[in-house]
Amino acid sequence: MSDSSAAPAVRMRQIVKSFGPVEVLKSVEMDIVAGEVHALAGENGAGKSTLMKVLQGVHPITSGVIEVNGEPVDIRNTADAERAGIGMVFQEFSLVPSMTVAQNIFLGRELRGAAGLVDDRAAERAARELFDGLGVTIDPKARVEDLGTAYWQLVEIAKALAKNANVLVMDEPTASLAKHEVENLFILIETLKARGIAIVYISHRMDEIRRVADRITVLRDGRVVLSAAVAELSAADIIEAIIGRRLASDLVYRDRAIAADAPVLLEANGIASDSVLDDVSMTVRAGEIVGLAGLMGSGRTEFARVVAGMDRPTRGTLRIDGEAVRFGSPIEAQDAGVALIPEDRREQGLVLQHSVSDNLTLPVLGRVKSGAFLSMAKLRQLTEQLVTRFAVKVADPYAPVSLLSGGNQQKVVVAKWMNIEPRILVMDEPTAGVDIGTKTEILDIVREFASQGNAVVFISSELPELLAVADRIVVIREGRSARELARTDVESEEQLQLIIQGEAA
Amino acid sequence: MSSPTTTTRPPLAARVAARLDWRSNIIYIAFVVVFVLFAIFLGGDGFLSPNNMLNIVRQTATISIMAVAMTFVIATAEIDLSVGSIAGLASVVTAMTTTQFGLVPGIIAGLAAGAVIGAINGGLVALLKIPSFLVTLGMLGLAAGLAQWITSSAPQPITDRLYVMIFGGGDFGPVPGLLVWTVVAVAVGWVVMNRTGFGRKVLATGGNPTAAAYTGIRTARIKFSVLLISGIAAAVAGMLYAGRLESGRFQWGQGDELTVIAAVILGGTSLFGGRGAIIGTLFGSLFMGLINNGLILAGLDVAQQQVVRGAIIIAAVALSRKK
Repeated sequence: MSDSSAAPAVRMRQIVKSFGPVEVLKSVEMDIVAGEVHALAGENGAGKSTLMKVLQGVHPITSGVIEVNGEPVDIRNTADAERAGIGMVFQEFSLVPSMTVAQNIFLGRELRGAAGLVDDRAAERAARELFDGLGVTIDPKARVEDLGTAYWQLVEIAKALAKNANVLVMDEPTASLAKHEVENLFILIETLKARGIAIVYISHRMDEIRRVADRITVLRDGRVVLSAAVAELSAADIIEAIIGRRLASDLVYRDRAIAADAPVLLEANGIASDSVLDDVSMTVRAGEIVGLAGLMGSGRTEFARVVAGMDRPTRGTLRIDGEAVRFGSPIEAQDAGVALIPEDRREQGLVLQHSVSDNLTLPVLGRVKSGAFLSMAKLRQLTEQLVTRFAVKVADPYAPVSLLSGGNQQKVVVAKWMNIEPRILVMDEPTAGVDIGTKTEILDIVREFASQGNAVVFISSELPELLAVADRIVVIREGRSARELARTDVESEEQLQLIIQGEAA
Repeated sequence: MSSPTTTTRPPLAARVAARLDWRSNIIYIAFVVVFVLFAIFLGGDGFLSPNNMLNIVRQTATISIMAVAMTFVIATAEIDLSVGSIAGLASVVTAMTTTQFGLVPGIIAGLAAGAVIGAINGGLVALLKIPSFLVTLGMLGLAAGLAQWITSSAPQPITDRLYVMIFGGGDFGPVPGLLVWTVVAVAVGWVVMNRTGFGRKVLATGGNPTAAAYTGIRTARIKFSVLLISGIAAAVAGMLYAGRLESGRFQWGQGDELTVIAAVILGGTSLFGGRGAIIGTLFGSLFMGLINNGLILAGLDVAQQQVVRGAIIIAAVALSRKK
């Protein structure tokens, strides 16, 4: 840091990246200094991933200059980036599970022994040296699939270092790690820094950024809005930079006056599971929308899965209408009146190549039979009814649902589950990737549904929408319900963000 | 396998078992168990005679050779259903050409038949991205039909003694030729799979195509190569049928694809790719031969053999399945 005479490991100047007419990066500047951790923060869609993909050579830049050690380099593909010494620790791991650790590290650059044959022992020795240098213990002969995910990441780091990477990009490296594994990662990062490796650290977590990073660059709408030494900033400064001064939006909270004595429809008490869930308790009254806030990996989705009967709790009780339930399958949960709108509509919510009609009616095929067979007339009738009721914009309800826009696809998912007439609706990021107009419509559908005396658990990372729709907010941190807030107790998005981060009392 | 001692260390068998994941080594266990059973119950019928043992090796040579190549195909998460038909086609092509033009053209023609079909399979999979299951299913019918068509369903005798000698009919010194062919195929296959960059690329392509592509491996080329190799290996198998039986016939190899695939899977190679066990494959095909041989000695008729064989394969695959 003190050596200001040397050029930074990577200097990105006036980087512009357009996809068609859309400018995703608007003249971004970023210096990455050897031996430093440079945090990169911003909301989803702010341009973080694009900036890093540009650096990796996944997307070529539209204009601008990338300098490595003071020399301008032309990075057009991943091989160029590798040659320039830039390594990536992928969030979706890029290892071959069926191969050993050493084989993965040297994949494509196998060490050769006698007669030009691949020498696994040499690779294992080299891998062991690499790990020794990093202060970690991994058996180079172990198959990657037999290791925990924390080790996968270490193998990825070793793989990048074996290619002589001077710059490592870590994208949410702690997302899938347990607490003690995070500590180990931080120790490793110190080791890497001491070796003069420059690290770009992408994260949403303020505590991690403040703990591990030397500098931070915050992107918003494709521009750099903050670039400073982390030590000079408070968590509130960073959050403000990330969120910005929002324009007044349509996302306004409307008090729907839930009676304090309305019956409790859903009650969770000390729920724990095999995954991250440790101790989550919450209640939802009839007519109420309870927002579930927390960072990625905090256990929100896992809680939703337990409520919807997809995972079984290892501890704690779940009550519906005051009666303890133990769901063995999602069907049992549905029979008890619980519906889950899953996080990933393309993977979990829809059969993409099937028609809108087929998707809408899949959970209720029993209702559209006449005799033993499906009644086409009833199917058509129900489809039309749902398309109208939920205002799905669709030219042909019998065309594949994949042709619809993201927002309309999500409406189909919502309609599909509303149609089974649940009393408790659990929604996991229901508006991710949905345009603002459709978003307001979906929020209206949710409010309307709750007002009929039903209960909603609304999971979202987008705080403005959470604040607009939720009557109460439960904050989950590391698998525990950490705070519960009445909507009126929350004054601002910043305040809620600080609570989620665990920075405010 | 009980241990009589009360040492402080766990018994040897337990320690060995703990080190070897028994599920992935089920083929060796199955092989030994079946062998011992047959030895006990069929020992009197000549099961253990050296001649019978050599017979098993002879009869499984063609399967072993195709299975070694199939191990590469399956390790890339592809499949080749056309190997049996390619063997039949190569057997008639090599027989007709040898009779008409002599030994060397005959050998070249036989290999070329397999190479052409393998290249078409590979090209369609690699370039047009058609699933190998469909391509080779079509080729199964196509190659078999072609073999029957060009011979008008007639057997094609081979009178060239040297051809018969080389391709399975004779012994190399004291060693049966088919045993030599098997050993060479397995040895080459093992070295290529485990000790060359090509083998690594095959395993990476099957294990995680995205990671392989990011590493700079041209996965389409790898898929093309393994299907080409499989075609050539099937042609060699067809020529061994022709040599051993002194004629080319379109029926040679018919149905072998199922035996070959079963041998590979039994040997511990994953149908989902990323794993390729050549030695396991050898034992897989020997196991198939062992069962055939034993069931014949036991006096079961063809229909009964099929039933028992099917049941044994399902049981072995079920046991080798990872939880």
